[in-house]
This record gives sequence, structure tokens and C-alpha cells, in this order.
Amino acid sequence: MQPTIERLALNRRRRTRRHRTAVLTLLILVGLLFGLTLSVGQSIVAPVDVLRILIGEPVAGASFTVGQLRLPRAGLAVLSGLCFGLGGAAFQIMLRNPLASPDIIGITSGAGAAAVFAIVVLQMSGPMVSLLAVGAGLGVAMLVYGLSFRNGVGGTRLILVGIGVSAMLQSVIATILSTAPSWSLQEAMRWLTGSVNGAQSQQALPLLLALGVFGGVLLSRARDLDALRLGDDTASALGVRVAQTRMVVIVCAVGMIAVATAVTGPIAFVAFLSGPIAARIVRANGSLLLPAALVGAILVLAGDYLGQVLLPSRYPVGVITGALGAPYLLFLIVRVNRTGGSL
Amino acid sequence: MTVVSVKALASVHRSVARSRRSRGLWLALLIAALVVLTILSVTIGTRDVAWAEIAAALGGAQETIGQAAIALRVPRTLLALLAGAALGLAGAIMQGVTRNPLADPGILGVNMGASLAVVIGVAWFGMASAQAYIWSAIAGAAGAALFVYTIGSLGRGGATPLKLALAGAATSVAFSSLVIAVVLPRGDIAGGIHAWQIGGVGGATYDRVLPVLPFLGIGFAISLLSARKLNSLALGDDVAAGLGEHVAAARAVASCGAILLCGATTAICGPIGFIGLMVPHLCRVLIGVDHRWLLPFSALGGAALLLAADILGRIVARPGELDVGIITALIGAPFFILIVRRQRVREL
Repeated sequence: MQPTIERLALNRRRRTRRHRTAVLTLLILVGLLFGLTLSVGQSIVAPVDVLRILIGEPVAGASFTVGQLRLPRAGLAVLSGLCFGLGGAAFQIMLRNPLASPDIIGITSGAGAAAVFAIVVLQMSGPMVSLLAVGAGLGVAMLVYGLSFRNGVGGTRLILVGIGVSAMLQSVIATILSTAPSWSLQEAMRWLTGSVNGAQSQQALPLLLALGVFGGVLLSRARDLDALRLGDDTASALGVRVAQTRMVVIVCAVGMIAVATAVTGPIAFVAFLSGPIAARIVRANGSLLLPAALVGAILVLAGDYLGQVLLPSRYPVGVITGALGAPYLLFLIVRVNRTGGSL
Repeated sequence: MTVVSVKALASVHRSVARSRRSRGLWLALLIAALVVLTILSVTIGTRDVAWAEIAAALGGAQETIGQAAIALRVPRTLLALLAGAALGLAGAIMQGVTRNPLADPGILGVNMGASLAVVIGVAWFGMASAQAYIWSAIAGAAGAALFVYTIGSLGRGGATPLKLALAGAATSVAFSSLVIAVVLPRGDIAGGIHAWQIGGVGGATYDRVLPVLPFLGIGFAISLLSARKLNSLALGDDVAAGLGEHVAAARAVASCGAILLCGATTAICGPIGFIGLMVPHLCRVLIGVDHRWLLPFSALGGAALLLAADILGRIVARPGELDVGIITALIGAPFFILIVRRQRVREL
């Protein structure tokens, strides 16, 4: 007996260690990209100067660029990436299907449509927009779930219904934008593809709140969520209250996605990509939530940096993640089709 | 036995006769609806024009503003009719070829492929002539159709509705991202491309519609002539082959027709979705699954639906107007969900 138990314990320790290493590596990557965004742009600011600006010292010629332009932008990218990654992965784990991510089944478009309506038609701003977006996101989630309910919710039906709802909401967004009194391509791009252009530091507040409240609850439920991956029956046999967990996860995940969408617009495919990429990194060594959130932050930071600095002309981050994410979605479909597994 | 079979035969004959009568009835109704819609489309708009002026304008007079408005509405109406017929017919063909109830030029990404090709042509190759627009749109439509169908039909079970719809949706998103990526750095063409991208028939002129007519004509001819082949394909590949049909060739020919129609329509109107999805389903309810009837009905129905959507767009947003692509998506998406909710989504 003894050797078996020892082996199990060793195995568990090894898995925990691997999980920790993965999370740590991702954290370092986020830090590096954050630093890169702050220091290297159209002009290069030495890392020492960046640090001095961060602790509040004035640096001639760089304070404004780093403190007022780059810091809010990078901060917003990290926070929204965390929200998208965490919310998306929670959905994918709960529905046991990588395609059931909020940006494919219409939740992101719902939040986006509400935000556009609030801003363009009702001329609201700040926290009210976020609240409305959260409400609309929840409404769309319920709608899609209800519409795909027929002797239980089939995964296939849920995704197809979601695609339909999403198409409709997209055209609502297009309608509102095209009838808007002052139509600017920049502003429209934000709501069509998502961008962190023109970031301001007060925009971070709703994101921080969402991360603290919804993200905290989600992470505290990580164990239950992992049990749900085994199937509802097994999970409830393991002592998880399935219906309650599902409700909590839906509210929290939708909340995070909707708040992030209200601030940055629907940054394409970050919610969809984070989970699968994180799953490849941590494999079966533990919870997927934290790594997925970090991957989300990395995607938004890297996409924004690519669009701002590395490419010959400037693109909003959503265009970059959309152009990179769609091939991955196709790849996923091809792979699933090849192996003949169910989606 | 004999009596029973005679009775059964008689009842079959009666039902065939009845369905023939009802087909005739529906055909008459559809044509009447088209006529009414055409009249409405010429009379309804931002500016109210008196009947006398409309009559004068139709006679060629263009002295007053009202008459000039009518002179704009006539080509627009014609374009809406043509585009609607092309999209409805293309949708029916695609559903027949793939035997998939969710097939539609918009959902399968074919229209998006056409628009990506046009945008690339305009932005990188300075394309300006109508001919170049049309050819590149058709090439893009063909490429996208091939791509999506290949991805969707990989693996077990062939091209199931889910796989095709997902592959199409993913391809659409990828293409629209690429369209934005191509357009965004070029402020000079961004506005025009954006308006075209939503999909609309506003601003149509005879000069823009004329070059596309030969393409549409060939597309209509190929499509309508492949009705019999689609009927055989509907029985399943094995039975169709047993009936002497060359299955792959039949698919290829019919698809060519649909691609010509989609590409040509997208070249002038931009990507308009959901017409090709809705119309064939509605027509199947009315007149059954025989493609010899279904195809022409889908064309007429598509024309009626697109024209109605265009008129609706002019009414709901007066004095402005909503592009027809927005209206069709708002009507069509719930329809799509309705079809998905029906249990037998795999069968057709």
C-alpha cells in the first residue's frame, strides 16, 4: 500500500508544481508585455525611467507619453484580457465545449449592442453603460439557453442558436451605428471589433470591480467547475450542487464579459482562444481558470502591441485577434472533424 | 387488393391534381405580390411624389425633384428584384446541393468571400471597372464556397449542418476581420467600402446594373436547368448514381450556377444575408420539395422578400433609410433559430 500512496502523493505534488510553474511563467509573460508596451512605442523610454514614472517621479519628455497614454492603455488591455479570458474559459468548461464561448454564442454581441445603444442613443457614460451591458449579456444568455432548450439543452443546438442570435445583434449594432448622428470610423471600429484606443484611467474602475467581485467568486468555485468537466452526474456524485454552480458561473462569467465589452468593445476571439490555449499549457495539471485569464491578458496585450507598433499601419486590437483567432477556430473544427469526436 | 390499389392510385392522382392547382394559385399570388411591391417601391420613399408626377417620370420626364426621385427609384427596384431572385435561387441550390437546411450564401461565408475579393481588388490593385468587380467577386465566392465546404465535410458524417454552419461562421469572421484590416489604413476608400459592406440596393443606377446582367443571366440559366439533377441528388448519392446521375458533376454544375449568382449580386449590392436561407424553406412549405417548381418559386420569392425588406427599410427610418442587409438579418436570424430549433435539423 505504502508505495502506491507515496506515488500518488508524489504525482500530486508534481502536478501542483507544474501548475505553479505554468501560472508563474504566464505571469512573467504578462509583466514583460506590460513593460514592453510601456517602454517601447513610437518613442523608446528606458525601463529605469518607466519605473520612476510608475512611482510618481516626473521624467522630462516621457511622463505624459508613459503615464497618460501608455499606462491606461496597457492597464486596460491587461484588465479586459483577464476578464475575457476568465469569463470565456468558465463558459467553455461549464458547457464542456470550446465552441460555447461567449463571443460565438452571442453574449458579447448582446453586451456590445446594449453598450452602443446606451452610448449612442441614450447618451449615457460610465458605470450605467456597464450595468446595462451586464443586464443585456445576462438577458442574451438566458435567451440563447431558453431557445435551445428542447428535452434538455443540446450543445449543437445551443451553438447554432447562439450564432443566429449573434448575427441578429450584430445587425442591431450596425443599425445603431449607421443611424448615429456623428459617425466616426474609429468609434465604429471599437464596437465592431474592439479596441483599447483612447484609454483613460477611470475606465479601469468597472473592470477592477468586475474582476474583484465576479472573478473572485469564479476562482473560489474553481473546484466545482473542474468537477463539472466530468459530467453533471459525476459532479453531483462528488458533492457539487450542479444547478447552483451553473447559475453562479453564468452570472459571474457573463458579468465579466459584459463589463469588459462595455469598456473596450467586443475584442474578437479572446474569450474563445484563452481557454484552449491555457489547456494546452497546463494540460491536466489543475484548474484552467487562472491560466486562461492570464492567457487572455497576454493575447490582448500582444495583439494591441502588434497592431500599434509592429505593423506598418495601426490597427485596433480586435482586428488582430480576429485575424489570428478565426484560423484557430477553423483549425479546431478541422481537428475535431478528423478525430470524429463530438464538438 | 385491386380495389384498394385503384383507390390509392385515385387518391394520389387527386392529390397531385390538387397540388398542381395550389401551385398555380400560389404562383398567381406571388406574382401579384411582386407587382404590388414593385408599385409600392416606386411610390414610397423619403419624398412623397404625386401620381401624375410618377406617370410623367415613368414616361421619361425629369424636370421636377419628384420626377428625379422616381428616376432613381426605378433602377433601385429593378436591382432589388434581380438581387433577391438571385439570392433566393442560390440559397435553394445550395440547400439542394449540400442537402443541408442551414445552407445560405451568407451563413456559408460565400458572400463574405466575394466581398473580401472585391475589397482586396479595390485597395491593392486599384480596381475600378464594373467588370473587374464582378470577376473578382465571383472568384472570391467560388474560393470561399470551396473552402467552407471542404472544411465542413471533413471527417465522419460528411457535411452536417453544424459543421458547415460553424465553418461558414468562422470563415465569415476571419474574412470580415481581413476586410477591416485591408480597408482601415486607407481612409480614402473606407467610407465607401463600409457602406457597401452592410449590403444595400440604394444608389443603384442602370450603369451599375447593366454589366452584371450577363452573369446573372448565365447563373439563372444554369441554376434553373439543374432542377432535375437536384431532384435526383435529394434521394441520396447512392440512389442518384443508380438512376444514372453523375453525382459529382451534377453538384459541381449546380454550385457553379449558385456561385455566379452570389458573386454577381455581391459585386453590386454587398453581402446580403439570410434571403437564401428563408425563401427556399417558405417555398417548400407552400409547394413541396420538387426542385422544378421550388427553384423558380425561390427566385420569385427572393425577389419579393428583398424588395419588401428594402421598402421596409425606407419606411421604418424615415426620413433616412436602413440598408436592406440590416433588415434581412433582423428578419432572417430569428428564422434561422426557428429552423435550428426544429428537431430534425439533420434531415432534408
